[in-house]
Amino acid sequence: MYVVVAGGGKVGANVARSLLRLGHEVTLIEQRRDRFDRLEDEFEHQVQRGDATELFVLERAGLARPPDIVLALTGDDEDNMVICQLAKEKYGAPKVIARVNDPRNQAHFDLLGISPTVCATSSIMALVEHEVPEHDLIHLLELRKENLEIVEVQIDRDSPSAGKRVETLELPEGSRLISVMRNGQAEIAVGSTMLEAGDQVLAILEPGKEDELRRVLLRT
Amino acid sequence: MKALIIGCGRVGSSIALQLQREGWEVVVVDENEDALTRLGDHWPGAFLVGQGIDTDLLREAGIEEADAVIAATDGDNTNIVIGEVAQKRFDVKCVVVRVLDPARAEFYAARGMRIVCPTKTAIDGLAETIRSCAVPGVRTTA
Repeated sequence: MYVVVAGGGKVGANVARSLLRLGHEVTLIEQRRDRFDRLEDEFEHQVQRGDATELFVLERAGLARPPDIVLALTGDDEDNMVICQLAKEKYGAPKVIARVNDPRNQAHFDLLGISPTVCATSSIMALVEHEVPEHDLIHLLELRKENLEIVEVQIDRDSPSAGKRVETLELPEGSRLISVMRNGQAEIAVGSTMLEAGDQVLAILEPGKEDELRRVLLRT
Repeated sequence: MKALIIGCGRVGSSIALQLQREGWEVVVVDENEDALTRLGDHWPGAFLVGQGIDTDLLREAGIEEADAVIAATDGDNTNIVIGEVAQKRFDVKCVVVRVLDPARAEFYAARGMRIVCPTKTAIDGLAETIRSCAVPGVRTTA
């Protein structure tokens, strides 16, 4: 596989190194002179110096072939967005992956149709939320392209849904219960499934419907 | 008419002053508060400090009611992203983006963005001026 990696900081250099170890063909692009000099000792001809948002730099790195994947891993979100747009739309790269440095810029990546993206802050927060027991609704999976997410909720004794059948719940539009885990056994949730205290319920829903879902399942 | 100008350097500040004189309501955004001095001692419009791609800041600056957005920061890619956001998220009718790199300018212009490329203007202007000079021994093809 041919991979172009834009940005030779800690993330980019480590990804490039790992890809090379797996036997892939890699070109790493780094703009800063000091970083480039260090990288050149290790990567030799596989690292090129330049601004990866400049067309001639991308072309020198073989974007016209095009690569199988372009990874936009610089520390600048605007640069990463432009790199992805150029790679996909100008050179026809079949796949791009972008690093999001500031989670507040995630919406811009989404707006421009750049997917998948990886954001360290968001990943850490998701893990923290998963660990913190006070959060009664845990985000398990975000299906960005589908604009859906999968969450887990725990039904307890005071939950309004405890002792009710799934078909009697007034679930918010754009949400469904997937499964119920009870005593270590998971079952697909159907209309006749009865919810009980202690159940761990998986639900799929449109992002933003969490509060409505929480109201129906957990709060009176 | 309301204009939002992102980037208050030489270009942004001059456009801001010009539009304001022509009767526009102008809001200027720059990440550096010192940039306000470029607008003179009596700038009557609004001036906000922050990043031009910050959606909250753009809302605060009134992008939802803006008739025009001009992206004129010193970063081409920042200007491009501001332009995309203004066009696609906020549906601003007139979005103008300054891009110094002629190659990126051409690419985004072809995608339907209104681009002003000062470098291209300079290249064309210089070339035209050279052609108009009567240099002995050099044949020009206009």
